[in-house]
Formats: sequence, structure tokens, C-alpha cells
Amino acid sequence: MTYAVNIALLLLLVLTAASATFLVKELMSSVFILGSYSFFLALVWAWLGAVDVAFVEAVIGAGLATVLFLITLFDTAPKDSRLRRPPPPLAGVLGLPLLGILLLFAANDLSPFGDPASPPNIHISPMYLQNSYADTLTPNVVTSVLMDYRGFDTLIETVVIFTAGIACALLLREARS
Amino acid sequence: MKRIHDSLIVQTMSRLLIPLAQLFALYVLFFGQYGPGGGFVAGVIWTTSMILTFLVFGLKSPQGRLVEKVLHGDGVGLIIFVGVGGLCLIGGGEFLNYANLEIPGLDAPARRYMGILLGQIGVAVDVAVTGISIVLSLAYHDIEQEYHV
Repeated sequence: MTYAVNIALLLLLVLTAASATFLVKELMSSVFILGSYSFFLALVWAWLGAVDVAFVEAVIGAGLATVLFLITLFDTAPKDSRLRRPPPPLAGVLGLPLLGILLLFAANDLSPFGDPASPPNIHISPMYLQNSYADTLTPNVVTSVLMDYRGFDTLIETVVIFTAGIACALLLREARS
Repeated sequence: MKRIHDSLIVQTMSRLLIPLAQLFALYVLFFGQYGPGGGFVAGVIWTTSMILTFLVFGLKSPQGRLVEKVLHGDGVGLIIFVGVGGLCLIGGGEFLNYANLEIPGLDAPARRYMGILLGQIGVAVDVAVTGISIVLSLAYHDIEQEYHV
């Protein structure tokens, strides 16, 4: 009972923060509300059992992204950080709820959360779960899947991060010369 | 950001919290094979600690100079990760097949364990350097002013 109420409250907080981000007039407040939104979302990830994702969401979403936005905002004039929000177009007001209903309808076909007989859980996960410790001496199956069974994915991800850093440096540090 | 933070409370708390954050990052990195965490998260936590350093103490202070030095390590993490994969090639196996990592005295599972650990260190270094590089690029105008004044 308490558990269900907590989850409903948490989801309500996430929704409130998400909508407040778009309704606030001042960009600075928007950035801080976005940070709190990320933090609430991290709690939701932890509730779903994805502690790794919760970790990353809390550190990047609530920490790093907020700092990046703030540093950018410090370089803008006050007149740029106040927003005049025009009323949303009619197509958006009517279309987006329709799209949401359509997505909820489609979500009915997903297998229930935590169902042991769902296709992802019977296809390849048991192989990982059974062999992970014998193969790699790593009790955390997520790590062994990420770094060993799917090592190439992680390698290319690392290359992507490296490329992003190089691109940012090239674009933003041009003013130096 | 516009100037170094002069509040004593902030500076003292940062001196206390930055080493704690870095210690936690190392813990997450080396505990990633037993619990949640891993190279990516460890790198990001280390990045946030370095950002806090240069936001509070500025880039001229000894700690700040250390943060600036980190920029020279761009690409080192990727070299570590790819290098571990390449060592597997030299050991006679496929790329990134850690079982062929030629470490004497270890059997295949232990070699895979070492390979995962080294790869995670590579990811952590790469993410940390990239994060601090992006933040320093964004704040570059301020840094330039700080140097020229």
C-alpha cells in the first residue's frame, strides 16, 4: 500500500518537474528544475532495478548537465535568458495527447514488467546469467555483458564519447587564436 | 564562474568533499564487477569532482593546474581500451577476446576478469577527460580573462 503510494508520488514529482521545466519563464530556474527532474528520474530507475542507469542519470543529468547549462547561461545576456513563450500551436495541443494515447495503447502489447517468460528473458539472458561467473569471475552480470560479451559495443561507445569531446573542443576553443 | 569563489565555507567544504568524491569514483570503478557501477560512472564522478575543483579554486591554484593538465590526456583512455584489445590479438585470439590476454599464471576466467578491469579503467579515463574537456571548452572565455588579468 505504502509502496504503491510512494511510487505514484514519485511519478507525480517526475511529471511535475518535467512540465515545470517548460512552463517557467526564467531559463535559470528551468535549468535547476531540469536537474531535480533528472534526480527524481534517477529514483524511478532505481525503483525499476536499473541501479547502473540510476547512477548515470543522477551524476550526468542532475550534476554534469546542470553545470554545463549554467556555464552556458553565465555567458548570455539577461535578455536572452528570459523567455517569451508563444502559445503552443493547435496541432501540438491536439496531436501530442493523441500520440500519447496511441503509445499507451501500443504499450499494452509489451510483456509485463519482470515477467520471467517474456521473450527477452528466455532468449539469451539465461545464457549470460548461467555462464557469467564461470567465464569471467565477475558476479555483476551487467558488467560482464557490457565489457566482455558485448565488448565491441562499449568500445564504439567510448570512441563516440571521445569524438564528441574532440568536436566540442574544435568548435568552442576557436576563439583562443 | 566569473571569478574564484571567495567564501571560506565553500572552500573548506570543497576541500573535504572533492577527495571523498574521487575516492568514491575509484570505489565505483573497482567495485563495478561486484555491484552497480563501472568505468562510465566512475569517470563521470571523477569529472564532477574536477569541475568542482576548478569552479571553486580557479585554474590558477595548484589544484586547478592539475585539472588543466588532465586535458593533455585526451585519448589515453581509448588507447588503453583498444590496447587491451590489441594485446588479445598479440596473444593469438580475436580482438577484445580477453581470454588470450597473455598474463602468466592466470587461467582464462581470471584473464577475462583482468581484461574487464583494464577496459573499465580505459573507459573511465576517456569519460573523465572528455567531460572536463567539454566543460573547459565552454568556460574558455573566462579562463582566458583569468590568465590575462
